[in-house]
Amino acid sequence: MRRAVLAVGGILVLLAALVIGAFAVGRYPVSPGELAALVQAKLFGTPAEVPATVETVVFGIRGPRVLAALLVGGALAASGSAYQSLFRNPLVSPDILGVSAGAAFGAVLGIFLSLEVWAIQGLAFVFGLGAVATAYAIAASLRGHDPILVLVLAGVVLGALLGACIALVKYLADPYNQLPAITYWLLGSLAAADPGDVRSTVLPVLAGLAVLWLLRWRITVLSLGDEEAASLGIRAGRVRALVVAAATLVTAAVVSISGIVGWIGLIMPHVARLLVGPDFRRLLPVAVLLGAGFLLGVDTLARTAARIEIPLGVLTAFVGTPVFLWLLATARRSWQ
Amino acid sequence: MRLEARDLAFGYRGHPVGRNVSLALGAGEIVCLLGPNGGGKTTLFRTLLGLLPPQGGEVLLDGADLWTLARRDVAKRIGYVPQAHTGYFPFTVRDVVLMGRTAHLAPFAGPSRRDRVLADEAIERLGLAPLADAVYTRISGGERQLTLIARALAQAAPLLVMDEPTASLDFGNQLRVLEQVVALARSGIGVLLSTHDPDQAFQRADRVALLRGGELVADGRPDDVLTSESLRTLYGVEVHVVDAALPDGRRGRVCLPARASA
Repeated sequence: MRRAVLAVGGILVLLAALVIGAFAVGRYPVSPGELAALVQAKLFGTPAEVPATVETVVFGIRGPRVLAALLVGGALAASGSAYQSLFRNPLVSPDILGVSAGAAFGAVLGIFLSLEVWAIQGLAFVFGLGAVATAYAIAASLRGHDPILVLVLAGVVLGALLGACIALVKYLADPYNQLPAITYWLLGSLAAADPGDVRSTVLPVLAGLAVLWLLRWRITVLSLGDEEAASLGIRAGRVRALVVAAATLVTAAVVSISGIVGWIGLIMPHVARLLVGPDFRRLLPVAVLLGAGFLLGVDTLARTAARIEIPLGVLTAFVGTPVFLWLLATARRSWQ
Repeated sequence: MRLEARDLAFGYRGHPVGRNVSLALGAGEIVCLLGPNGGGKTTLFRTLLGLLPPQGGEVLLDGADLWTLARRDVAKRIGYVPQAHTGYFPFTVRDVVLMGRTAHLAPFAGPSRRDRVLADEAIERLGLAPLADAVYTRISGGERQLTLIARALAQAAPLLVMDEPTASLDFGNQLRVLEQVVALARSGIGVLLSTHDPDQAFQRADRVALLRGGELVADGRPDDVLTSESLRTLYGVEVHVVDAALPDGRRGRVCLPARASA
């Protein structure tokens, strides 16, 4: 318990430092003093004594991007934690049931049809949910097998099929306008995040997180397996459906504004389990904070490390692979 | 509190495993289920726990149809002790035992202080207090089995179903686990357990049921049911059932293998 308090405290301090740092670096640096003055002015409704440009940067450009990074990172880590507990498998990530592949196909299709940005995001969201619903329907119609195994296999197969569909659309896309946009989206980016994105995402994310939080003890018990959980008094199938729905909602909502950002949902739950153990009541908040901080750090790096924006998916893979290998080599206690 | 199977057919849809099983478990008694591997013991248990729907006949819990009861109401009355395994995330012993309280919690709540006290009492009762903060996946097989029994105790169910609680335990741990089973029965809990060891049934059981090919071939007192004939039919091996005098004056029965046929 003290360990958990210490971990949360440490992460919060780190998170605050990352937020201040994210504002301070970039093409137009905002000093911590200016940031504090602006926030204070906004809170008390007094006029801020900083240049108007700073205000635009903070509230119009960098602020939304920082918020989006926190939101996307926290959401991906939360759904990764839920899936790993649910499927009792530490190698599971939020895209295991095909949500990322579905969202990617939706977005790619939207770009191919030259739709508006909001429609592209909407398609990503709908196809992400649709892919998981299809995987679930397949698993439900194939009774008499291990339900978890069938569900995961259905997700993997659907993901492969959607991957082929994405390849087809890329093949048909206009190589000068659409293909770069598609590629960019598939690699993940928050460069285009605006206040509207944050507003449209925050509600589904909070709703999904609330469901996960309400079910926190049942998710903990469900990580013993369906049969034991049922003998302890839990309706395993129903709780699993609820958790999958909540985690999918959260993932689809953030993927529709950020594109595909891998690794966070896989690695952050591991790190969180190392810090506070597998009890979902502690795992969820710690994983959310870690994921939020991690993606904010990576995104800050993505927009400042080189002259051009580095795609997020590329950076998370470069950071994620060694971290995961290190976990694999040294930290078996996350799952044993 | 009484769990009763009447004319039960069990198995999976399109794949029947057993039928015509009538069996009852009441407060304070130990009923041993013996039978060869693949004879349907685990499937029968899953049906008696309400994890599988009956394929025919019925399972009654205090006269009510078990399959129509809510999961948490079943869990308050029947505890399940599975075979100790390690397929968990690294929960501590205390975490695992605390999960026994699940059926008693309000819908969206976690365990309260009182639940933690009850879990600690169960841990204490099984002598696991020194291990309470140890990680479940890293203690010995016997300790894991005792942890799962403690969890069933924390569940506070008047009936317990145990699936081969002594399987893959060393001799000392087998006896320790069985001592706990007897202590549970003395405190009024009815225990239904499966085992592969007829000697355990001789020493501890009030009743023995023999399951072969999905059907009960006998159900009664150990001395009546466990004979060299019934064990030959059940397992296809020749054994002698002999009376033994113990140094403390008690008598007991044991099974010894017959000489290999020349």
